Amino acid sequence: MKLITAIIRPFKLDEVREALAHVGVTGLTVTEIKGFGRQKGHAELYRGAEYVVDFVPKVKLETVVADERLEATLEAIQAAAHTGKIGDGKMFVTTVDQTIRIRTGESGADAL
Amino acid sequence: MNDVQFPTAATARPHPRGTAATAALLMLGLSGTALAQEAAPATLNSGDTAWMMISSVLVLMMLVPGLALFYGGMVRAKNVLSVFTQCFGVAGVIGMLWVIYGYSIFSDTTGMEAGVVNLHSFIGGFKQAMLANIDRASLTASIPESVFATFQMTFALITPVIIAGSFAERMKFSAVLLFTALWFTFCYAPLAHMAWSGPGGLLWDWGILEFAGGTVVHINAGVAGLVAALVLGRRRGYPHVAMPPHNLGFALAGAALLWVGWFGFNVGSAVAANENAGMAMLTTQIAACAGVVGWLVVEWLKAGKPSSLGAASGALAGLVAITPACGFVGPSGALYMGLITGAVCFFAIGWLKRKLGYDDSLDAFGLHGIGGIVGSLLTGVFASKSLGGFQDIEIASQVQIQAQSVLFTVLYCAIVTWVLLKLTGLVTRGLRVSADDEQEGLDQSQHNERAYNV
Repeated sequence: MKLITAIIRPFKLDEVREALAHVGVTGLTVTEIKGFGRQKGHAELYRGAEYVVDFVPKVKLETVVADERLEATLEAIQAAAHTGKIGDGKMFVTTVDQTIRIRTGESGADAL
Repeated sequence: MNDVQFPTAATARPHPRGTAATAALLMLGLSGTALAQEAAPATLNSGDTAWMMISSVLVLMMLVPGLALFYGGMVRAKNVLSVFTQCFGVAGVIGMLWVIYGYSIFSDTTGMEAGVVNLHSFIGGFKQAMLANIDRASLTASIPESVFATFQMTFALITPVIIAGSFAERMKFSAVLLFTALWFTFCYAPLAHMAWSGPGGLLWDWGILEFAGGTVVHINAGVAGLVAALVLGRRRGYPHVAMPPHNLGFALAGAALLWVGWFGFNVGSAVAANENAGMAMLTTQIAACAGVVGWLVVEWLKAGKPSSLGAASGALAGLVAITPACGFVGPSGALYMGLITGAVCFFAIGWLKRKLGYDDSLDAFGLHGIGGIVGSLLTGVFASKSLGGFQDIEIASQVQIQAQSVLFTVLYCAIVTWVLLKLTGLVTRGLRVSADDEQEGLDQSQHNERAYNV
C-alpha cells in the first residue's frame, strides 16, 4: 500500500476529487495549508505596500491506495490538478506498512 | 429659497445658521446680515424636522456600524475590536464634550461681525455651554434647535474617528481618547465655527463654498491622519509584512453603510427638506457612482484587476469629493467630480503613499485628505453656472478662495494636530502600545477581548 500526499491548488480540489472517484479511490483526507515551493519571493502590491508573500494557500490531499492502483491514482491527480503554471503543487509517495479499519478490524488492502 | 426662514427672531438671540444658511445665502448672493435683518419670525416646519431627525440618525449610522465595519474589516483579525471600541469610546467622550462646550464654541456667534476678523472669527464663546438656552421651543431655521444640535453632534462624533484610520493597529486606547478629545476641541469645533457659524466667521467671510464638510470634516480629518501616521511611525513590519484585511466582507458592508449614511450627511446639510436638499441628494448619488468607475478604471489599467475594496474606496472618494459641493453643483459637475476624485485617490493610495513611505494604515489621508482637497478645489469650478452649477461665481476667483481655505485648513490642522499629539504622548507616556502589545494585537492587549473565539 502507498500513501499519496498531494499538495495542489485549492480551486483544483473538486476536479481532483472527481478524477479520484473515477479511478476507484474510496477515501480522502483534505487539509487547508499554506506553504511555498518555487513560488517563494512572489511580491504583491497592496494599497501602496509592497510585500513578499512567503506562504501561498494550498490544499493537501492524503489517500492510501493499493499498490496496483498507484499509477492510475497519480496520473488522475496530476491530470486534474495541472494548469501548467508555477505553483501547481507536488505529490509524494510513501510506503504504508499496515491499515486497520477500526469498526471491523479488517486489515491490509481490505481496509482501504 | 425665499421661504427659508432664519432663526434670529425665534429666541431673540443670535443663532448658528448652520449649513442651510450658508447654502441659502450664497445661492441668493446676499450678505448674511442683510438677510438676517429682513428675516421673518421662524416657524417650525414638520417636514424639515422629520428629515433632519432621519439625517441625524443616518450620520450616526455612518459611525457605528458604518465606519467601524469599514475600518474593522480592513485591519487584521487581532485588531478588529479595537476599532469598534475606538468608535464607541470616541462617540461617548465627544458626545459629552459637545454638550459641555462643543456646541457652544461651534455655534455661539457673540461678538462676530461680517468682514471683521477677531477672536470670534475663529472660535465661538461659551454662551451656550451645557446647551444653555436650548429648550423645546428653540428653533434653528425651521427645525427645533435640539434636532440641529443633535445633527451637528453626529458630525463632531464621526470626524475624529476618520483619523483613526491612519493610526489603526498601534495607538494606545488612552491616547486615542485623549487625543481625539483635544483634537475635537482645538481643531474640529473651531474650524466648523470658522466655516459654518455665519458672517464674521473666518472662512465664511472669505466666501468658502463648503456645503457639508469637505474642509471641516474631510481635509481636517485626513490631514490630522497624515500627521498622526508620521508622528506615530509605521506599524511593525510595514511595508514588508503582509497586512491584508481580515474580512473584506465587513469592509464592503461598512462602506455600503457609509454610502447610505452619506445622504444624511450631505442632504441633511440643507437643514430642510427642500429643492436644495433634493439636488444635493442627486449630486451625492451621482458622485458616488462616478467615483466607483473612476477608481476601478484606473485600477484595472494600472494594477491589472479591479478590486472589491477599490470599488468601495472609489464610492467613498466620490462621496468625499461631492461633500463640499453637493448643494452648489449640478448633475454633470457631480459626475466629473466623482470620476476625477476616484482616479486621483487611487493614485494617492497606490503611488503617493508608497513614494513617501508613511503608514496611513487604512488610508484616511489618501481618501479623506486628498479627496477633500480635490473636492474642495473642484467645488470652485463646477459650482459655476457656466458649468451647470448654481452659483454666480467667477471660477478663477472662487478656486482661489477654495485654495486659500484648503491651505489654511491644512496648515492649521497640521500644526495643531502635531502639538496635540505631542501633548497626548507626554500625558499617556507614549502614544504607541509596546512592541509586544502590538504583536499580540490591540484587542487582547488593550481590551482583553478576542473577536473570534473558536
